[in-house]
Amino acid sequence: MPVIKDAVCSLCGSLCDDITVTVEDNKITKIENACILGHSKFVGMFEHDRIETPMIRKDGELVPVSYEEAIEAAAKILVNSKRTLSYGWCSTSCEAISGAIKLAEETGSLIDSTANVCHGPSALAAQEKGSPSASLGVIKNRADVIVFWGCNPVHAHPRHMSRYSSFSKGLFTEKGRKARTMTVIDVRKTDTAKLADKYVEIEQGSDLLLVTALRSIVNGHEDVVPETIAGVPKAEIIELAETLKNGKFVCIFFGMGVTQSRSKYKNGDAMASLISDLNQHTKAVMIGMRGHYNVTGFGQVATWETGFPMAIDFAKGYPYYNPGETGANDLLVREEPDAAIIAAADAGAHFPQKAVRHLARIPVIQIDPYANPTTELADVVIPSAIVGIEAEGTAYRMDAISLHMKKLIDSKFKTDEEIVKDLTVKVRELKRGA
Amino acid sequence: MKIKANLISGRTANQGAHLEAKTHKGYFDACAYCELNSADLEKLGASEGDSLKVTTEFGEVVVFAKANGGNPDGLAFIPMGPWANAVLSPDTHGCGMPGFKGVPAEIEVTDEKPLDMKSLMKKYLED
Ligand code: SF4
Repeated sequence: MPVIKDAVCSLCGSLCDDITVTVEDNKITKIENACILGHSKFVGMFEHDRIETPMIRKDGELVPVSYEEAIEAAAKILVNSKRTLSYGWCSTSCEAISGAIKLAEETGSLIDSTANVCHGPSALAAQEKGSPSASLGVIKNRADVIVFWGCNPVHAHPRHMSRYSSFSKGLFTEKGRKARTMTVIDVRKTDTAKLADKYVEIEQGSDLLLVTALRSIVNGHEDVVPETIAGVPKAEIIELAETLKNGKFVCIFFGMGVTQSRSKYKNGDAMASLISDLNQHTKAVMIGMRGHYNVTGFGQVATWETGFPMAIDFAKGYPYYNPGETGANDLLVREEPDAAIIAAADAGAHFPQKAVRHLARIPVIQIDPYANPTTELADVVIPSAIVGIEAEGTAYRMDAISLHMKKLIDSKFKTDEEIVKDLTVKVRELKRGA
Repeated sequence: MKIKANLISGRTANQGAHLEAKTHKGYFDACAYCELNSADLEKLGASEGDSLKVTTEFGEVVVFAKANGGNPDGLAFIPMGPWANAVLSPDTHGCGMPGFKGVPAEIEVTDEKPLDMKSLMKKYLED
């Protein structure tokens, strides 16, 4: 029975590439090394609610059709739409993403990724101040001071700490956890906070205040910091600043607690300045804890193809970018799109009610292996092969390292790459006919 | 009895494990709840598993009550997903990102039961 070593887990941005998979009769029967999330994805694929066939909504019900019919119906929606939103493309390969961008250009659509609801503000912060970063390999080998700020890897990236950060053993960190100081900054005592040497609890939405206070102290202006800030006593902030300054190699991992709370991208912007300040004393970097396994890949592909990492509007025939105006949620809340294509992501589950309400009113094309809340709103549903299990392709880890995802078993489903290609051909055909 | 709370959403391991199984009851169990600390639950007269109605200026949703000692007073947590999104803020503050954390909410005990995923989504189609 074939045992496949070093398979890549296509679930979270940690993109663990050490999974051992046993395949029997084209079925995955055993998984080694994956966490509960990864395990559930690999093994659950036979139990989960797979979309078994392409479907089109008729009289309120989704009815099975052929791939050809679904592609034709989807292409018609795209050709008849004056303002299409193309959203998602993060649980898929870079090759499919590239095709999706081509399709968006062909149809004059606005294309955005799940960064719109996770690390979009980090991209904005990087554009303002840069993003002093490092690969996770460097962190593993060198980082002796690790901070998790507004993120909870125990739940969201379960193997991150053992493979790359707190618990991993590297060249200059052979003692693993003992070789590192781990600090967690959050608004509630999470399971990650319980593992930390130091837990700093801040008032929700006051991250910017704390970053600013830390900067003042690191830069020798302790006197301007009030006795309590962001709900944290000054003495505790001074202690934290000392820990950061005295580290040999500092890495701040930050999550959606930072990007989604008040001040949004200004938090990441200020954090980049703090990293720059710390680099006057020691070596320091920051890394966003990216959620979808290839949301980083979307940013890479979109940037090299259009110049922008997300929220790209092709309505004028050339790429235009202005998040806040061209973000997927901005567009839906303004009730602008008259059609949407949602692929490899789930806007139905992860957008606020006002955006979902508009999705419910317009024709929606869904491309996904699994039924989910978006399916409930979709008019054309096109099932796809699961990338990293039934299809190969490239993905980028949270530190922007690219990895090749293997195909582990055969599938009767078309890949995202094929679906996007078929759709583009059909759209061109219809446009020529018109 | 109602309490005022600051509502945030976020990932949990169980929510993540059901990312590709959102039609299952497991997903409902993993996402349709609201965590408060036991002092806040006590104020509401609620025990774990009771139904809570969470209301914000953007909508209301019914979820189960859950205790989490890690939450400070007045901080409510609902795992990311359609239940949380029924009440979180669609305002992107001009930078693309909706308000998934830090939404003022009122919470009270209710006799209503949380809607399953499909029924919840159906409401959007009826709107
Ligand atoms: S940490 Fe992420 S990539 Fe690694 S096994 Fe778990 S879900 Fe997969």
